[in-house]
Amino acid sequence: MTAEYETHDHDVLIIGAGGAGLRAALGALAQGAKVGVVCKSLLGKAHTVMAEGGIAAAMANVDSADDWRTHFRDTMRGGKLLNNWRMAQIHAQEAPERVRELEQWGALFDRTQDGEILQRAFGGHTFRRLCHVGDRTGLEMIRTLQDRGVQMGIDVYMECTISRLLKDGDRIGGAFGYWREQGRFVVFRAKSIVIATGGIGKAWKITSNSWEYTGDGMALAYGAGAELKDMEFVQFHPTGMVWPPGVQGILVTEAVRGEGGILRNKLGERFMEKYDPKRMELSTRDVVARSIYTEVREGRGTEHGGAYLDISHKASDYVKKKLPSMYHQFRELADVDITKEPMEVGPTCHYMMGGIRVDAETAQSSVPGLFAAGEAAAGLHGANRLGGNSLSDLLVFGRRAGLAAAEHAKTIDTTSIDSGQIEEAARDMLVPFERKDGENPYTIHRDLQEAMQDLVGIFRNQEDLTRALEELEKLKARVGHVGVEGSRMFNPGWHLAQDLKSMLTVSEAVTRSALTRQESRGAHSRIDYPGLDATWGTKNNVIAREGSAMTLRQSPVPEMPNELKQLVVEEK
Amino acid sequence: MAEAIFEVFRGNRDGGKPATYRVPIAPGMVVLDALHYIQAHQAPDLAIRWNCKAGKCGSCSAEVNGRPRLTCKTRMDALPLDKAITVTPMKSFPVIKDLVTDVSWNYRVNKKIPPFEPRPGVEWKMYQRDVDRVQEFRKCIECFLCQNVCHVLREHEEKEQFGGPRFFVRVAALEMHPLDSKSRTRILKDELGIGLCNITKCCTEVCPEEIHITDNAIIPLKERVVDEFYDPVLFLVRKIRGANK
Repeated sequence: MTAEYETHDHDVLIIGAGGAGLRAALGALAQGAKVGVVCKSLLGKAHTVMAEGGIAAAMANVDSADDWRTHFRDTMRGGKLLNNWRMAQIHAQEAPERVRELEQWGALFDRTQDGEILQRAFGGHTFRRLCHVGDRTGLEMIRTLQDRGVQMGIDVYMECTISRLLKDGDRIGGAFGYWREQGRFVVFRAKSIVIATGGIGKAWKITSNSWEYTGDGMALAYGAGAELKDMEFVQFHPTGMVWPPGVQGILVTEAVRGEGGILRNKLGERFMEKYDPKRMELSTRDVVARSIYTEVREGRGTEHGGAYLDISHKASDYVKKKLPSMYHQFRELADVDITKEPMEVGPTCHYMMGGIRVDAETAQSSVPGLFAAGEAAAGLHGANRLGGNSLSDLLVFGRRAGLAAAEHAKTIDTTSIDSGQIEEAARDMLVPFERKDGENPYTIHRDLQEAMQDLVGIFRNQEDLTRALEELEKLKARVGHVGVEGSRMFNPGWHLAQDLKSMLTVSEAVTRSALTRQESRGAHSRIDYPGLDATWGTKNNVIAREGSAMTLRQSPVPEMPNELKQLVVEEK
Repeated sequence: MAEAIFEVFRGNRDGGKPATYRVPIAPGMVVLDALHYIQAHQAPDLAIRWNCKAGKCGSCSAEVNGRPRLTCKTRMDALPLDKAITVTPMKSFPVIKDLVTDVSWNYRVNKKIPPFEPRPGVEWKMYQRDVDRVQEFRKCIECFLCQNVCHVLREHEEKEQFGGPRFFVRVAALEMHPLDSKSRTRILKDELGIGLCNITKCCTEVCPEEIHITDNAIIPLKERVVDEFYDPVLFLVRKIRGANK
């Protein structure tokens, strides 16, 4: 059999069209590269539109004492010092310029009295630091980048999904994928590839993530020989909707707490006084999520198993102005008027701190020519991400990845891909159609989500994690027998059959890393190892592929220069 | 458990017909939940678009009982359940498959619009009172429901001459940006055909973001076009100067 496919050539191919992917595209275009962007959905629908609270950048428009050093310190402390310090430094230093650039491309942030960009308070940030547009900052960002990209003439392949990376010897050579609309195959030859595919939340049952968040980019990179790092650190956002059932997991922005929202249990107690009396509701996300979870487990939860989040003490007009989409979301989906009554909220799987291991300066992975940025990459956030540091991450490292990918492409004359890789990729895609009694992919997905939710959730222990690995083995066997109904045309079942493979790969990486780390740090909480362990504080877990087996090793956390060390430890 | 009956369009460019599905009802359920249930249990190849499921991305547009809606925000308890709920694709765009339509025309129209162009040497200060009205337009999530419901596109199919409400909103956001320097009135008149809009406000009614499309975007833009091209005094001035434009 010879697979039929179309071919496109690019210097730089970007997989993913959220904030990181689009910013990478702009960076590579500015270097004169021929750039292509591939995305699973329509342009402008990526998960970045869901980001609500803001972009963290030490611009000091509201609190003049803020500077990159404080932002760096907050980020490192929030990440429990497991971060790559150089990434945290670059991020804190470059974020303000990236925000100004967005404004110069047409973004309209909320303003201070003096006409500067307004900044709001957020968990774990010492100063008011988040540049925002009400509670729809992500939409503003993606639309601005999208418009800029259209203006500069990027080629966008919409509703196109990459199923495999192709190699030219040891380096990257291209990617194989398919068009959703007709189900036809496509091969991209590329000198550099940037992975900007976001996170993995769809492997859990309760999540704020969209259908796209299936860990494809991490699984693609892993398959191509790149390393994954910090995979045990999955962020459960403290506040997702809990009622009604259909909306369970939908995000309730941290901006509610940033604007003064208060958490209470069913007894009316402001319980954060017990868990973090200093920072209260604006403690870091790992702490607030565990606190809510603990209140519910100990019988002090609300009617539907959450906590109350109340902003109704603020003026009604103020709430509608600063949190408009929260107002509409609760009014329309839960019959709750948040200007008058409290919301019911509980933890929801939200963000992946871990991901593809990359170089801090260039965002290049261990595979030459393969780059990664944003949520798909690891390092900046360590064991826990601060709210607002994601959008700034996308801009800072998206740009760097794009620039470095374009530079790398200049060093390559031509790429060649042997047809064997392409034939194999095509066969992998088509085989589910041939199984007449194959299992429904939706059933397997549901079982995976339940296993990860129950066994690899906020609180973990050895027994659960060991069982999770056994369950994942069974699920892998079932995915080997998955079947697909219908034709190749726009077929969600077929798509899910592919996504399941990625979700299983990242789920296994998460579980193995979580089982190995015998301590509690940031978002990783082990009931059987409740405290911090100093030896684990110097190690990152690194996952790689050897043949068909997943291997795990520890790599030392890079040591900070002395002047940065002082920044992090002083004035506890 | 209570059930709802759905009649969902199944088909492609060559035609199709409704298929019937029974879906158990849960509290607070929305139409998109029901479509997901159908995919998981009865029709794994049912084609729909969705992403955020929270009214923020504008992907899941369709027509529910003939009304253009975001299916993620259409509550089942707001629909009569004594008869079948019909779900059909947006009428103004060609069907690809089932509820998925070809909206690529919108992306082509968007490319015609000259981008933001700040005044040279401008100081980057703006005040909330000046950005408020533009922020309203920038709430647009590109669900294209306004395009779907607009008579000029839905009944008259004037896609070559007319840009549609979505892009008037986009032009309004650029034209009213406090620091923008470019005029887009000629494009509004000649390429986006704003004169074809007869202000029936259908677009405003369906906008899930509650943008006042007609009053705040289209009418002010129409006024700008009239001022620039149809003002009798300016007309005379141009005539005398020899109309170098």
